[in-house]
Amino acid sequence: MEKIKAGIIGPGNIGSDLMYKIMRSKNLQMRIMAGIVESEGIKRAAGLGFATSTEGVLAVAEDPEVQIVFDATSASAHKKHAPILKEAGKIVFDMTPAAVGPFVVPCVNLDQLTEADNFNMVTCGGQATVPIAYAINRVADSEYTEIVSSLASKSAGPGTRANIDEFTETTSEALRTIGGSDRSKAIIILNPAEPPIMMMNTIFAIVKNPDEKTIRESVEDMVRRVQQYVPGYQLRVPPILDGNKVTVIIQVEGAGDFLPRYSGNLDIINAAAISAADEIAGRMLGVN
Amino acid sequence: MEKKKIYLVDTTLRDGSHAVSHSFTADQVRAIAGGLERAGAAMIEVSHGDGIAGSSINYGFIGTPEQDLIRAGTDVVHNSILTALLIPGVATIADLEIAREAGIRAFRIATHVTEADVGIQHVRYAKDAGLTAVGFLMMCHMVGPEKILEQARIFVDAGADYINIADSSGYMVPDDVRARIELLVEKLPVPVGYHAHNSLGLAIGNSLAAVESGATYIDATLRGLGAGAGNAQFEVLAAVLDRLGYDTGVDFYQAMDVAETAVDPVMHRPQVVNNTALMLGYAGVYSSFLLHTYRAAERFNLNPRDILVELGRRGMVGGQEDMIVDVAYQLSVGKE
Repeated sequence: MEKIKAGIIGPGNIGSDLMYKIMRSKNLQMRIMAGIVESEGIKRAAGLGFATSTEGVLAVAEDPEVQIVFDATSASAHKKHAPILKEAGKIVFDMTPAAVGPFVVPCVNLDQLTEADNFNMVTCGGQATVPIAYAINRVADSEYTEIVSSLASKSAGPGTRANIDEFTETTSEALRTIGGSDRSKAIIILNPAEPPIMMMNTIFAIVKNPDEKTIRESVEDMVRRVQQYVPGYQLRVPPILDGNKVTVIIQVEGAGDFLPRYSGNLDIINAAAISAADEIAGRMLGVN
Repeated sequence: MEKKKIYLVDTTLRDGSHAVSHSFTADQVRAIAGGLERAGAAMIEVSHGDGIAGSSINYGFIGTPEQDLIRAGTDVVHNSILTALLIPGVATIADLEIAREAGIRAFRIATHVTEADVGIQHVRYAKDAGLTAVGFLMMCHMVGPEKILEQARIFVDAGADYINIADSSGYMVPDDVRARIELLVEKLPVPVGYHAHNSLGLAIGNSLAAVESGATYIDATLRGLGAGAGNAQFEVLAAVLDRLGYDTGVDFYQAMDVAETAVDPVMHRPQVVNNTALMLGYAGVYSSFLLHTYRAAERFNLNPRDILVELGRRGMVGGQEDMIVDVAYQLSVGKE
C-alpha cells in the first residue's frame, strides 16, 4: 500500500524516537534522517536502511519524495527552517517551542486546522494536560485552569532546562487558546528520584458548572481518545470536586520505542505529532 | 579583635507566609518589614511562600496582590535589601520584572538541590539588571556535600553573589550541616548561607553549626514563623550570635519588639513542633506540605502522618504539593 514519505531534521533523542514511531505508523513511511554533523542518530537511521544526510534542512527540503517533515531541532533553528520548508511545499510538524504555526493537540483541534501547513506541538506538558483542560471546560466552563507537570530529571533535556520559562508560558497559553479556560497557570517540577518517576500531571480547574457526573464522563471520554495514540495515558485520580474546584491527575508512561518508559513527557509529544501526521497523511492518500 | 560579620536574612514575610496561608496584608508588611528595618536585618524577603507568582491552587492563593505587598515593603525598607524568592518552573523572568518594578533588589533563585541549571537564565537576568542574585538550593539533606558543591558551582558560574543551602525538611543534624557548609566555604569563591527548618528542634543549633563552619548569611524569621515547624527564630538567633561575639548589626531588643507587636497578632497558631511537623523532619518531606497534608487528610479521612511517610518514600521534592492529593487518594482507595 502506498504511504506518505516523511523526513526528520534533528537526529537526537526526539528525532530517533519519532523514526521508530513512523516505522509502525499506518500512513507514513520513513524516508530520510537529516542532521548537521555525523552522529549516533544518523548512524542509527542508516543502520535501519534509511537515507541520511548532514546537510540539515536542505537535504529534506530538496528531496522531492518527502511530503511531511518533523523538525526536532530547536526553536531558533526552526524559525530559519520554516520558510525553506514552506517554499518547498512540505507539511511540517514543529517539535520545538518556535510556534511558527498554530498549536495542535490532536484529540482537540486537529479537525479545525484544515489549512495549516506548519503544526506546532505545544509542549509535552501541553499535550498531557490540554485535553483534560478542554474536557472539563466543555461541560463545566472553566474560569481558571492550572496544571502541574512533574518530570523525571533524566527526561528533561538541556533545551527544556535552559528555557524553562518557555515551557510554562507556552503550556499556559495553550490551556487558554486550545483548552478554553479564561485564565491559566502552568508549573513544571523536575524530580531526580531513582528509579525515575513516571510523568505526572495534575489539572486543577475553577469552574462555573461543577457537576461531578458530567465532568467525570467528559474526562473519561477524553482519556480514551488520548489513549488511542498514547496507550500509557492513565487517569490516576478521577475528577475530585471541592466546591467549584476540580482536580484530576494523569500519569503518562512512555511506549518505550526508543526512549525509556519513564520519559512519558517525550513520548506523548512525539506520539501526538505522529498521530496528527498520520491523520494528515491519510487525508492526502484519501484513505480516511 | 574585630567581630566576625554575620548577615541575618529575614524571611518572615516569605517562608512565614506559609504559616498564615499567604494572607499577609500590606499593613502587616509595613509593620513587620518596618520593624525589621529598624532592627537592622541585612535582607528582608517578601513574596508568596513559594516565591513570586506562587499564588495558585497548588500552593494556595495569596490574599493581597504580591506587587502591593512588595510596594508596602519599599515604603519602609531603605537600608535593608528588599528580597524575593523565585522558583524556576513556578515563576518566570516576566514575573521577576514585575517584582523588580515593585521594588525588589535581590532575587534568590531556588531550585531543587540537583537541578540548579534550570535557574541559570534567571540568575543571569537578575545580574544583567544590576540586581543581587543568590543561588538557593532546596532539600539539601537529600544529597551529599560533593553534589551540592557541583550544583552550587552552576549558580556561581551564572553569576550568583552568594550560595544559600536550605534544609527544607528540617531533616539535618548539626554534623550534616557542618559537612556541607565546610566544603562549600572551602571551595567556593562566594559567601555561603544557610536556611533551617525546626522540624527536629534544631533550627538554632544547625544555624550555629553553619556559622561556626563559615556560613555568613543565615535565614531566620520572627517567632520562627514558617512552613512546617517553622524556621530559625530571628530574635533568638540574634541573641545567640550576640552572646557568642558575632556582629549581626541587629538590635535584638528591636527584633523582640517587632515580633511581639507585629508578628504575634497575625499568627494563626503557635509555631511549635507538633507530631505532624516532627514527621516532616523525620521523613524528609518538604516543610510547606504540612498544611496541605492536613487538608488532604481531612478530605480523605486519613492520618496526616501516613500521607507524609508515603510522600517521603516516593522522594517527592519541593513544589509537588499536588502529589499530596495523589497519595491521599491512592491511600484512601487502598492502592498504596
